[in-house]
Amino acid sequence: MGLVMTLTQSSRLGLEAGCSVFLEQGLCLPYPALKASRSPGWDGLLPTLCLSLRVEFIKLASENETVNLGQGFPDFAPPDFAMEAFQHAVSGDFMLNQYTKAFGYPPLTKVLADFFGKLLGQEMEPLKNVLVTVGAYGALFTAFQALVDEGDEVIIIEPYFDCYEPMTLMAGGRPVFVPLKPSPSQDGELDYSSNWQLDPTELANKFTSRTKALVLNTPSNPLGKVFSKAELELVASLCQQHDVVCISDEVYQWLVFDGNQHISIASLPGMWERTLTIGSAGKTFSATGWKVGWVLGPDQLMKHLRTVHQNSIFHCPTQAQAAVAWSFEREQQHFGQPSSYFVQLLQATQHKRDHVTRSLQSVGLRPVIPQGSYFLITDISDFKSKMPNLPGAEDEAYDRRFVKWMIKNKPSSAL
Amino acid sequence: MFLAPRRLCSFGSSAKFLKTIYPSNILGLPTSAKMSLKLKNARRIEGLDSNMWVEFTKLAADPSVVNLGQGLPDISPPIHVKEELSKVAAIDGMNQYTRGFGHPSLVTALSCLYEKFYPNKINPNKEILVTVGAYGSLFSAIQGLIDEGDEVIIIMPFFDCYEPMVRMVGATPVFIPLRSKPVDGKKWSSSDWTLDPQELASKFSSKTKAIIVNTPHNPMGKVYTKEELQVIADLCIKYDTLCISDEVYEWLVYTGNKHFKIATFPGMWERTITIGSAGKTFSVTGWKLGWSIGPSYLIKHLQTVQQNTIYTCATPLQEALAQAFWIDIKRMDDPECYFNSLPKELEVKRDRMVRLLESVGLRPIVPDGGYFIIADVSLLDADLSEMNNNEPYDYKFVKWMTKNKKLSAIPVSAFCNSEAKLQFEKFVRFCFIKKDSTLDAAEEIFKAWKNQKS
Repeated sequence: MGLVMTLTQSSRLGLEAGCSVFLEQGLCLPYPALKASRSPGWDGLLPTLCLSLRVEFIKLASENETVNLGQGFPDFAPPDFAMEAFQHAVSGDFMLNQYTKAFGYPPLTKVLADFFGKLLGQEMEPLKNVLVTVGAYGALFTAFQALVDEGDEVIIIEPYFDCYEPMTLMAGGRPVFVPLKPSPSQDGELDYSSNWQLDPTELANKFTSRTKALVLNTPSNPLGKVFSKAELELVASLCQQHDVVCISDEVYQWLVFDGNQHISIASLPGMWERTLTIGSAGKTFSATGWKVGWVLGPDQLMKHLRTVHQNSIFHCPTQAQAAVAWSFEREQQHFGQPSSYFVQLLQATQHKRDHVTRSLQSVGLRPVIPQGSYFLITDISDFKSKMPNLPGAEDEAYDRRFVKWMIKNKPSSAL
Repeated sequence: MFLAPRRLCSFGSSAKFLKTIYPSNILGLPTSAKMSLKLKNARRIEGLDSNMWVEFTKLAADPSVVNLGQGLPDISPPIHVKEELSKVAAIDGMNQYTRGFGHPSLVTALSCLYEKFYPNKINPNKEILVTVGAYGSLFSAIQGLIDEGDEVIIIMPFFDCYEPMVRMVGATPVFIPLRSKPVDGKKWSSSDWTLDPQELASKFSSKTKAIIVNTPHNPMGKVYTKEELQVIADLCIKYDTLCISDEVYEWLVYTGNKHFKIATFPGMWERTITIGSAGKTFSVTGWKLGWSIGPSYLIKHLQTVQQNTIYTCATPLQEALAQAFWIDIKRMDDPECYFNSLPKELEVKRDRMVRLLESVGLRPIVPDGGYFIIADVSLLDADLSEMNNNEPYDYKFVKWMTKNKKLSAIPVSAFCNSEAKLQFEKFVRFCFIKKDSTLDAAEEIFKAWKNQKS
């Protein structure tokens, strides 16, 4: 069992005034009990647990003096150039207060097409291959609604960002899970996220004639795994063999440590035509509250996402898109250089990863060292053998009890 | 009474799985043909891909065209609203995620504002949801409350997204048109267009899940009277249906008219979702913030949709909106309050548009609210022979007018279902929330047009 911690805390420990704002602003309410009573069989569902888990822990963290390493957003500001871009967007041309083009503010779709076209090795047109969405979350929703039908199967790799499952279910689809498994490590040996792998045979067996899509998340949340080329080639060959769409959630693509390389599966042979690549301004520029995301893909798939988009929210807010466009234009000029924000954020986050890893090890916890993202998970089974009976409900999992105990007794929180 | 749609309940194994086998080696299809079998759209969006806005905004994008088509202001938002957003943009802490169902200071402000109009208190956390524009509220309400096989009554003409949103959940739209009384000699008003109560009653059945009411109305500008809303309310109560009340233009009501909230009528709070819009309230359509207000047992389903669609709306915009609301809430009786000053400003523009349209022989329907005006263009008898014959008259007229008069508008039959296009195809919609120089340019076009005719 494991515990997820986020690495976006600034390196000073202790609760800052900025933190408490986010502790108070709880996430959504759990699926209400009244609903469960109308629909027997709801209880005990993972998404319900995950969401109510977050709500419960956010509340606990706010009631106790804690250092919140649970929720996944930075407690530092976006870079100056991004803040300035947003300030410019809101105080410049007043027409930016009005609707922009439905599928994306033109300078943003243009820079995304240019920037990612180069990275993916693909000629991309802003109107055909790019859709701007309300965060990567909105991109995921749009993709599921556009393509997943009742009875379709969607392969989801565990552990997974919790929304993949309810989004599959909301589209009438059936989630099919396949776990990443760690190779056993010797005592004293460090565990790395690269150690956690898919079993190729097990993965292949998950594909059926009903498989419509596979959701890939690299770098992954919560494990921090960065899929290698070989691993992606395996996934790619199965997607092609079974004619499956790959929904590739790459929101943490710039946070890849130790010289590892992020590879977009869409850049592999035969994959562009069947892949939707999802990105996030929130994760890219440490501005999660702007809620700007995007999907990149072939027109034959993107046109269906455009249909969902025009019948769900139609437009995304203009000014945040303008700020993201300017921020990307700035990064284009500094790409690969020490002055690039992507380079600087990566270095700072890797440093934090190492700091948190050492802290966890010093108290006898066993972190799984992530190759990417800003999360890490840690094995608490040694604690379970020493303190098996932590307070909690009868059927409550150990890791939940551990986190609550930790919040109350040790001033830090996680998930 | 109101069950959540099956789509939000189908977490169990009740879905039937069709065992369709597509073994590629047996079918022996080449890869590209095989791809087209599976990489296709989900059934829910079948037939929903066309959107007239894409076509008409492209037409009007020519800078030499005076654009009275799409409903966005070219006037500046009020200074205090712009200032609040500038202030918020400078705050570090406003750039990360906020509460999913609505930024706390915003839902508090909305609760405080709207409690002035309701007999009940409004719980900011349980009875309000902040969405991506009113469009997002409509989507969340329909996704959260309407199921496959349900019927939803839609009044024509209607804001065009109602129909595809209802179809996307597998429900059936049931249409009823507004009909005009004879108005010989009199100025034609949006209040002359009404629903026939018997015809309306005939549209309700045991399958009716909801009726969508839009007041003030787009495109007609009709402001439903208390009596008209009471007829609707009585039917909702009798048939135990929901009411989705789109009130985005609630502040834009002209002299002699009053906006009524159907949710405040006896027996209606418990069955109504009321939708509002920052874009229309503060002339900031690009902020894309809206809200739904209703009883917690309905709003919770919209919240479920939100947590599985976009999760949360943008933080800095919500904070700025909250601050802007507080400023105007404090001065609601003041003529300076934007809720009072904007309708005054727009009433003048409305009257100007009426004169301009009449001057060239178009027959406008004077709107009691909103910022659109529709006019009967058939009396002009324009030569549309060069336009595409397969299209309704108003589509042809708008394209002809854009091309030949450099003035754009929107055809009203675009706000009707396919069977009823003929009923409204003589009408064209003009937007008048435009700065004086835009209306001056429109006036020049109308003058030249008139001179050409005489």
